[in-house]
Amino acid sequence: MPQGRVLAFAESRDGALRPVAREAVTAGRELAEALGSPVDAFLLGPPGIAREAAALGAYGADRIFVAENDAFANYAPDASLRLCAEILGRETYSAIIFPASAQGKDLAPRAAAMLDRGLATEVTGLGAEDGVPVAVRPVYAGKAIARVTFTDLPALISVRPNVFRAEKRPGEGLVESVEVAPEPSSQRVKGIETGERETLDVSEATVVVSGGRGMKGPENWAVLEDLVDALGEHATLGASRAVVDAGWRPHGEQVGQTGKVVSPTLYFAIGISGAIQHLAGMRTAKTIVAINKDPDAPIFQIADLGIVGDLFEVVPALAAEIRRVHAES
Amino acid sequence: MKSIVCIKRVPDSEARIRIAGDGRSIDPSGVKHVMNPYDEVALEEAIRLKEAAGEGSVTVVSVGPEASKEILRTALAMGADEAVLLQCAGSPDGLAIARALAAEIGGRERDLVLFGKQAIDDDNMQVPAMVAELLHLPCATVVVELEIADGHVVARREVEGGHEVIEFDLPAVVSAQKGLNEPRYPSLRGIMAAKKKPLEVKEVELRESKVEILSLEEPPARESGDVVGEGAEAVPELVRRLRERALL
Repeated sequence: MPQGRVLAFAESRDGALRPVAREAVTAGRELAEALGSPVDAFLLGPPGIAREAAALGAYGADRIFVAENDAFANYAPDASLRLCAEILGRETYSAIIFPASAQGKDLAPRAAAMLDRGLATEVTGLGAEDGVPVAVRPVYAGKAIARVTFTDLPALISVRPNVFRAEKRPGEGLVESVEVAPEPSSQRVKGIETGERETLDVSEATVVVSGGRGMKGPENWAVLEDLVDALGEHATLGASRAVVDAGWRPHGEQVGQTGKVVSPTLYFAIGISGAIQHLAGMRTAKTIVAINKDPDAPIFQIADLGIVGDLFEVVPALAAEIRRVHAES
Repeated sequence: MKSIVCIKRVPDSEARIRIAGDGRSIDPSGVKHVMNPYDEVALEEAIRLKEAAGEGSVTVVSVGPEASKEILRTALAMGADEAVLLQCAGSPDGLAIARALAAEIGGRERDLVLFGKQAIDDDNMQVPAMVAELLHLPCATVVVELEIADGHVVARREVEGGHEVIEFDLPAVVSAQKGLNEPRYPSLRGIMAAKKKPLEVKEVELRESKVEILSLEEPPARESGDVVGEGAEAVPELVRRLRERALL
């Protein structure tokens, strides 16, 4: 097949690039290197986003196509597809990379249907064979791992957050402005409601503190919130299915096969015994720490480090010790 | 309100997954199958919309093997009015399934096309938005709140750190996230009534998949690590080990 370039979708929100934008470009660059071709990026945003876009050059983007419009302060699926189609009309591409974020997971399938091309979602590894991308993706929430390839190019791929760590390299990208009309659009995105404070999503946090039935009740979550606070701004809360089903925690926090599959650097399983559907959702974490009073809990079979004991004693001590060592260093 | 709900038969989330001899699929023997849990939420929403409106219909459609009749019967028992099985073999990719569904749905009267946000087997999470694009319909995915009045929809979808608010007019495609509602269990009366409801089987020839599975493997085994100790006394050692790994 003819060797094409790689195009990465750089997601923005409220006029700023999201971290997954840099990850998508980094993943695109990895694939582009395997294909021996350059990587480009595209993004939409309100006026001023072009200045942000230039930063993508440092992650390997050769050319950065930018559409600016006040209407693009919010996610604009139809306009995003028009921009994508416009770029594909200019150059030959072998692959288009999206982040497997809320926006990317909504946009990538629309693009695949528009282009009549295959889409591999939540990809965790990328390579190429004979000039065709090969993607590795967990299925059954990670109970099995599939290697897939594509019959037609460009191949559409969404990459799981936190897997392709954004990586700078020397180089600059060329920003090209593209006119894209915000209308027509079959749906209007009005904005994002964040509640009292915007919390870091469990799928994007590098440190996750998950609580299970061992927490005994929703009123005890302050213990975990305090640990999250001690761990810093990259940490957030997760939950097992049992506690979500019991109504103790919101669905958005659920980790596991019917919740979110996460790959943080550090995962704390607290009062979680380790049901198979939960393990499927967090087994790709780099380091797993289990705290459970039952030494025979299945969670200890996959945890890297563990403490057997009463979480209501261990977790506050852990938060205090982390604060102490942070204060020292 | 006329709704079409697309549902899929999947292995139960508690099922152990074994790779089949061909190295490209899973061994289905002894695996319990169920209606995809997110599809139950989509179906519940459709039934509630019909109940609230006091008129309309709920049609369930599934693409899959003959055994998918079971989950269609369950859907009828929950309250769907009619069921259609687009019977096919193999494990087609998302776009092939979306095209089969779009061809079936495109010819039907409908206000709302509902899906679960993703199937928990292949985790593709792509068919709902593909069907919307193929049918040129507005679409909201991963929806946790749905308000419909006079043909106008306000949907809230789950995004990182909050809910994104989207507005559009019917007809439209919506994919459901847990939390949108609490799905009902089929009642005994529902199960009896389902036996008399229409379940149509259509053989379909799916288009060739554009995503090909080269291999399917078990995930690399994770070795169990160390229990560093018992109780709060073990905390300093745990923190030391985490710092050794540059994690704190």
